[in-house]
Amino acid sequence: MTELKPFMDALGIRVICGEADAFDGVYAGDLLSRAMSHVEAGNLWITIMNNVNVIAVASLADAAAVLLAEGVTLTPDALAAAEEKGICVLSAEQPVYDLCAGIAGLM
Amino acid sequence: MHEPVTFHFDVDGENFSSAGEASVIIKKKLRQLGFSPDIIRRVSIAMYEGEINMVIHANGGAADVTVMDEYIEIVLSDKGPGIPDVELAMREGFSTARENIRALGFGAGMGLPNMKKYTDYMKIDTEVGVGTKITMRVNTTG
Repeated sequence: MTELKPFMDALGIRVICGEADAFDGVYAGDLLSRAMSHVEAGNLWITIMNNVNVIAVASLADAAAVLLAEGVTLTPDALAAAEEKGICVLSAEQPVYDLCAGIAGLM
Repeated sequence: MHEPVTFHFDVDGENFSSAGEASVIIKKKLRQLGFSPDIIRRVSIAMYEGEINMVIHANGGAADVTVMDEYIEIVLSDKGPGIPDVELAMREGFSTARENIRALGFGAGMGLPNMKKYTDYMKIDTEVGVGTKITMRVNTTG
């Protein structure tokens, strides 16, 4: 597992809801079926999708956290679902590629 | 031989807010029953994809999960439009989902292929204009 905090500090990632201390690998992508079958337990999942179904997929796939790129925030029903299911959701201003490159550079 | 454990869910049509709820509940139940993370993951993915398909294409339906000694069986039945060409529908990337549904992140054409990939047995009974019944099994013994 990789400690999350140094990445949050370096890339300006902020918490929308929930808590996550660490992650194990990263998956980036927006199509839910793809994410469903490729997000591994403990992954940080980077996406620009912010609807309630993202929370269901993150929960089913056991993602450590969802990182919303491009300054995206959760819809109100998605926020409620994330809080209810205890899913950690983060947000950052950078596009997906820049977040991936930034995280890879810090690994 | 244990008594089979059964779960029944009614899946709402066109309700994308609650789509996936049954799968999340099943995942919790299987965890309580002590199944391995791999088996739980495979059942959850297959069931989620099936649940979403019923929401998108069939105006909802029913999901029944039975936990038996040797496998977990998921039966999804709907009274939707049926699948005219099952072989085509099984192809990765083929989708008939509408644009508004794709905008939500669905419609990648991976639903049925994922269901097949993550289960040990899958059978599709479908009739155009009548509905579809999908039976899937995930083996729980080596």
